[in-house]
Amino acid sequence: MKTIREINERIKKGEAIVVTAEEIIDLVREKGVKRTAEEVDVVTTATFAPMCSSGVYFNTGHTTPRIKLGGGKVWLNDVPCYAGFAAVDLYLGATAIPDDDPKNKIYPGEFKYGGAHIIEDLVRGRDLRLEAITYGTDCYPRKKLETLINIKDLNEVVLYIMRGCYQNYNVAVNLSDRILYTYMGVLKPNLGNANYCSAGQLSPLLKDPYYKTLGIGTKVFLGGGIGYLCWQGTQHNPNVKRRENGTPSIAGGTLAVIGDLKQMSADWLQPASMLGYGVTLTVGIGIPIPVLDEEICRQTAIKDEEIFTQIVDYSESYPQMMSSSLGEVSYAQLKSGKIIIKGKETPTGNLSSYSKAREITQILKDWIKKGEFLLTEPVALIPGVGSSYTFKPLKERPVIET
Amino acid sequence: MISKRIVLHFPHRLVDQPIVYRLVKDFDLQFNILKAYVTPREEGLMILELTGEDENYNKGIKYLEDCGVRIQPLSQDVIRNETRCTDCGICVPICPVGALVVDSLTRKIHFYDNKCIACELCVKVCPTRAMEVHF
Repeated sequence: MKTIREINERIKKGEAIVVTAEEIIDLVREKGVKRTAEEVDVVTTATFAPMCSSGVYFNTGHTTPRIKLGGGKVWLNDVPCYAGFAAVDLYLGATAIPDDDPKNKIYPGEFKYGGAHIIEDLVRGRDLRLEAITYGTDCYPRKKLETLINIKDLNEVVLYIMRGCYQNYNVAVNLSDRILYTYMGVLKPNLGNANYCSAGQLSPLLKDPYYKTLGIGTKVFLGGGIGYLCWQGTQHNPNVKRRENGTPSIAGGTLAVIGDLKQMSADWLQPASMLGYGVTLTVGIGIPIPVLDEEICRQTAIKDEEIFTQIVDYSESYPQMMSSSLGEVSYAQLKSGKIIIKGKETPTGNLSSYSKAREITQILKDWIKKGEFLLTEPVALIPGVGSSYTFKPLKERPVIET
Repeated sequence: MISKRIVLHFPHRLVDQPIVYRLVKDFDLQFNILKAYVTPREEGLMILELTGEDENYNKGIKYLEDCGVRIQPLSQDVIRNETRCTDCGICVPICPVGALVVDSLTRKIHFYDNKCIACELCVKVCPTRAMEVHF
């Protein structure tokens, strides 16, 4: 048994034993759980994948004379921002697109530029064109604004991800005879390909499946800089079917993450255009797991062969909210490059970059070993198994005119 | 025997000439047309896999060049922007000829440009638009 405080003392002295989520697998295989749990202090986990619920909130500073953008309309490089806050606080989500984007009117839409690209432009220090129209007040008389802005001149610029690090995710396939353009990529007809999206044995919530060590306040690698877990993510769903090792067989838990965009890097925040679907942001997140006891050690050593997910048809089951699975596969099978579905050999593709996730586990390991990154005790844990927390569909009710 | 994938750029004056026919007739070369079109500037563009005896192949290429056809290896025209590629691998099952392959050890994605047939399916499928075509 160790405490986070003891591990931090060892990190400060440069004595901590830090290994990646892959390395711990070999260690446990060689030395067993008991010895490894005594020797290893921290296991680094990571993911690098599209997270559509990413966005930035920022404060532009006040103009002379003052303008109340709050309640008005604001665009950055023609992409609409959300301005329903105080005078010069704005929010921009990754999936926002210009008002005149053809979307899927020219099918499949290309979605070449949107909120995620603006986040990249901000991080890269590029100027952006801000345009705004609003109403005047006695204290904020100005009604129009057109100016270039740059991240270095803005006040706060904060990346906030309301859902990231999905614990597990569907494998998407297409049973129909037409091509499908989805958020899981292009799906060829008649089981032409099977797309998945997880770092599997590197992924944070698959290595701490019961959310024992991480929670609100946990310090993490976010977009090349430092961030913090600030809540459970939206659609968090702890009470799903799990295997004996604790990993859920379907989506499961999620995390909300926050951090200062000004110290992040475009290497770890990349805009993505999903053909026929829309814009999203690919985000790199790395989470350290303190090896406090044997049980945590055993779970950090869970490997691709032991993590399973469901194959879902995106021609009907997914859009129609039918919870039917075409079968269960392990990440080891998915990573082999092909899986068998309904007797057909189907090639697989990953939307989540395993090699980038691996790089993040190495970077975080180096930070901790050098003493630059200390672990944090979570202030509160996120809802886990046995909590009353659920993920409900929308119950539509008729609107009765009165 | 030589077999290469090449991109031929025909100037406007040659667009209506049966040039490729001469490659078969005079130089005994086999060709497989991978792509052919006339650009808005009225230049012809053709991507061929050209196969034949070394001597005939070289003579055929010289004939094309003498006619005024500009020739480039296909591998120079379809490239991967390494700064944009995230090595995710969503392109891998889309490629019809196995030119995009996951390295089982590094989990990085290899692009074998010698296998590429310039179908361009990967170009729009790539979420970060890392695959670029420069004809």
